[in-house]
Amino acid sequence: MASLEHAVAPPVGDHAATSTGLPHLKLAIWLFLASDCLLFGALISTYVLYRGASTTGPYPADVFDIPYTSVSSFVLLASSLTMVLALAAIQRGDVGRSRVWLLATALLGMTFLGGQVYEFTSFVREGLTLKTNVFGTSFYVLTGFHGTHVAVGVLMLLTLFTLSFAGKITQDSAMTVELVGLYWHFVDIVWIVIFTVVYLIPTGNPGAGG
Amino acid sequence: MADTHVDEPVPEVRARAHAGRHPGPKEYIRIAIILAAITAAEVAVYYIEGFKEILVPLLFFFSFVKFTLVVLWFMHLRFDSRTYARFFVMGLAGAITLFLIVLLTFQVFSS
Repeated sequence: MASLEHAVAPPVGDHAATSTGLPHLKLAIWLFLASDCLLFGALISTYVLYRGASTTGPYPADVFDIPYTSVSSFVLLASSLTMVLALAAIQRGDVGRSRVWLLATALLGMTFLGGQVYEFTSFVREGLTLKTNVFGTSFYVLTGFHGTHVAVGVLMLLTLFTLSFAGKITQDSAMTVELVGLYWHFVDIVWIVIFTVVYLIPTGNPGAGG
Repeated sequence: MADTHVDEPVPEVRARAHAGRHPGPKEYIRIAIILAAITAAEVAVYYIEGFKEILVPLLFFFSFVKFTLVVLWFMHLRFDSRTYARFFVMGLAGAITLFLIVLLTFQVFSS
């Protein structure tokens, strides 16, 4: 009888027994991230196709401020670190420290978003709008979609932070933090590609630099 | 009569064991420092005239290393079940194929 109890041990963590032995929510988030790869693949392809096709300026080299965007990249990388530290803390059962790291991640995400808003505003002042040329259109659509993903991530982080005060984020629900973390790191890896392809790789048009 | 099959860990326990192999804070910080150093190197080679000829392959290499480090360590694909990796690689392969088809169709590489 005792051995039978072991054989049907209760679920560990916050997921029930599954046919794959893996939590379905985690499989679902990985499937979602795989589909999001296709979305960003299409947007990055469109940007690469059109960035050098503008017949009128401003061109990429006229508006891009590489040192400024580099700082934004460091901020987003730092947020990935704070996110994994939040996960490590909740897996240890340290809710207080996990809460601090979750808030730090959300604040870094908001800093990145603030930087993006400032960047967009300065580009518009320099004459680059969504309708100015094909570079502007493809640039704003790509980076705007990424920014929207960051904003959604910040909302999820702040929700976790709030729920932690209600006692709903505990060691047993570490999987929830891990799922939000996976989404957040995905936003980071998309930015790694955008920073290289959009900002650092020079274009072939008259305004190109680098 | 004892059941012998109880020696085999139930799936949930295996999943928990996977999660238990996640790196600790020190390793996360080490990876973050490497990522920051690579980002600094990316920006540096962008400005150094001597790298102009090999700038694009160098930037793609740096980007690939950063991407891989985040996916393997921060997203735990190195430590978790390979099923997750299969899902993600499937999407990534689709995105890269899409990227190449679009750019080859519009002859971006020949211009």
